[in-house]
Amino acid sequence: MGTSPARITPNASPTKMPTTHTENQSQVQTATPKMRASNINFYYGSFKALHDVSLDFAANKVTALIGPSGCGKSTFLRNLNRINETLRDTRIEGEITLDGENILDKDVTEIRRRIGMVFQRPNPFPKSIFENIIYGPRINGLLKNRSAAEVVEQSLRRAALWDEVKDKLHDSAYAISGGQQQRLCIARALAVDPEVLLLDEPCSALDPIATAKIEDLLVSLKHQCTIVIVTHNMQQAARVADTTGFFLLGKLIEHDKTDVIFKNPAKKETEDYITGRFG
Amino acid sequence: MTSRNSRRNAVNNLMLTLCGVCAFLTVSTLFLILGYLVYHGAKSLNPNFFVQLPLGEGQSGGGIANSILGSAEIVALATLIGLPVGFFAGVYLAEFGGKTLPFIVRYTADLLNGIPSIVIGIFAWTVVVVPMHHFSALAGALALSVMLIPITARSTEQFLLDVPRSLREGALALGANKWRTIATVIVPAARKGIMTGMILGVARISGETAPLLFTSLSNQYWSGINEPTASLPVTIFNYATSAYEDWHQLAWAAGLVLLALVLLANIAARMVISRGASVPR
Ligand SMILES: Nc1ncnc2c1ncn2[C@@H]1O[C@H](COP(=O)(O)OP(=O)(O)OP(=O)(O)O)[C@@H](O)[C@H]1O
Ligand SMILES: [Mg+2]
Repeated sequence: MGTSPARITPNASPTKMPTTHTENQSQVQTATPKMRASNINFYYGSFKALHDVSLDFAANKVTALIGPSGCGKSTFLRNLNRINETLRDTRIEGEITLDGENILDKDVTEIRRRIGMVFQRPNPFPKSIFENIIYGPRINGLLKNRSAAEVVEQSLRRAALWDEVKDKLHDSAYAISGGQQQRLCIARALAVDPEVLLLDEPCSALDPIATAKIEDLLVSLKHQCTIVIVTHNMQQAARVADTTGFFLLGKLIEHDKTDVIFKNPAKKETEDYITGRFG
Repeated sequence: MTSRNSRRNAVNNLMLTLCGVCAFLTVSTLFLILGYLVYHGAKSLNPNFFVQLPLGEGQSGGGIANSILGSAEIVALATLIGLPVGFFAGVYLAEFGGKTLPFIVRYTADLLNGIPSIVIGIFAWTVVVVPMHHFSALAGALALSVMLIPITARSTEQFLLDVPRSLREGALALGANKWRTIATVIVPAARKGIMTGMILGVARISGETAPLLFTSLSNQYWSGINEPTASLPVTIFNYATSAYEDWHQLAWAAGLVLLALVLLANIAARMVISRGASVPR
C-alpha cells in the first residue's frame, strides 16, 4: 500500500492510512492467540462429548478448565495435542490452530512435540530418572547441539526437582515420591521445549505441599510457555489461572478472566457451579 | 450368632485346608517325579553317559551324547524360528490392525495351541518329511516351532496389553510415533513377562516327543541338520519301550538329564530377566 502512489480522495487524509494500518495490525496481534479451538465437536463412537466448543488460549497465560465430572474437560484437553485420536472409534470436527496453523492436518508427532502434556497420575517410564527426561529429546533428535546431561539438569531445574534428585539420576523413576514423580513428568515434558503445556488434573493424586510446589512451578513456567490446566479444585484455578473456562455437559458455558468467572460470572450455570449448587 | 460364627469359621478352616492340601499335592507331584527319576536314573549317570554314543541293541553302557546335542540343536532352531515370529505376531495382536484380522489371528493361534502335538507331528511329516524323502532335525525344528509360535504370540500379546495405557500416552504425548512407542516403552515395560512366557514356551517344546517321532526320528550316531537326528525325548521313548532292562535304566537317566537341562535353562533365564525395573501396578 505504501509503495503505490497515494490517491487523494476528498475524504481521505494522506496521514490517516498508515495509522489505520498499524492499528489493525496491533489489534490482530493481541487478538491472535497462541492456540485457538474453533467449533469443536467430538464423538466417542456415536456419543457426542463436545458440542461446538470454541476457545482461545492467550500466549504466556495460564488457562484453567473447570466443570463437573464428565463434562468433557479431559476430552477437550486431549484433543489439543491430538492424543484422543489414538482411541478407537473417535471423530473430531472443527479446527484447532497453533500459531494460526491447523494442527489437525499437520504431522502429529511434531504437533505433540510442540504441545506437551502432563497426565492426572504420574506416568514415568520404567526407566531411570535420567532416561525419562532424555526420552523426548532423543526421539525428537534434539540432542545434536546439547549434551544429554545438560538437558537433564536444565529440565529438572525448570521443574524445581533438580536439588531433590541430582544424586540419584540413575535410580529408577519409581523410587521417588508421587509428587516428585509428577514433577519428573513435568520435567520430561519440558525437556522438548514445548510451546504449550497441557495438564489434566496434575495434582489430584498429590498432597497439599506437593500441590503447592507444582502451582508455583506453573506460575513460573508461563513465561516460557502457554499453559492449559484442567482442575477440579477451584482454589487452584483461582491461584494459578489468568483465565478460566467453565464446561457443562460438553459445552463451554463461558470463558473469561479468572476473577470475573469466580466473582461475577455472566451465566447462571457458572454461578451455580461456583457457589456449589451443583456439580 | 455364635453358631453362625462357628459355622463361618468351620467353612473358613475347611477351605484353607483344602487349598493347602491341593498346593501340597502339586508340589509333591514334582518331587515324586524328581525322586523317581533320581532313584532309577542316577546309577546310570557317569561321565561316559554324557560323551559317548549309544551302543547296539541289548548292550549295556554307552551314552546319549548325540541325543543331548540333537535336542539342543532342534530346540535352538525351533526357538530361532518360533520366538521372533511369535513375538511379532503378539505385537501385531496387541497393537495393530482393526477388529477382524486380529480376531482371526488370535482365534487361529488359540486353535493351534489346542491341537494335540501328535497332529502337528503328522502335519510336519506331510509337508516337510514326505516331500524331502527323509527325516531331519530341520523338520523336527519346524514342527516344534509351529507349537512355539502360538504360545509366544498369545503370551506376548497378553503382557503387552497389561502395560498401562498411561505409559503409551506418555510416550505418544512426547512426539513418539507408534512404532517408537512400542519399541522403546511398551515392550521394555512388558519385557519380564514376555521373556518369562518365552521361557515357558521353550521349556514346553523341549520335552515334546510326538512331533519329533514323525520328523527328526532318531539316530544311533552323530548327524547333520538335514539327517535323522536323535533327541532326548525320542531316545527316552525308544529306551523305555525297548525290551531290555538296561535300556529302561538309560531311559530314566535320560529323563533326568532332560529335566535337569530344562530346569537349568529356566533358572538361568530367570536370573537374567529379574534384573531391571518393573512397572508398579
Ligand atoms: N474413552 C471414552 N470412550 C467413551 N466415552 C468416553 C471416553 N472418555 C470419556 N468419555 C465420556 O465423555 C464424557 C466426557 O468425559 P471427560 O473424561 O472428558 O470428562 P471430564 O470433564 O474430564 O470428567 P472428570 O472431571 O471426571 O475427569 C463423559 O460422558 C464420559 O463418559
Ligand atoms: Mg477428566
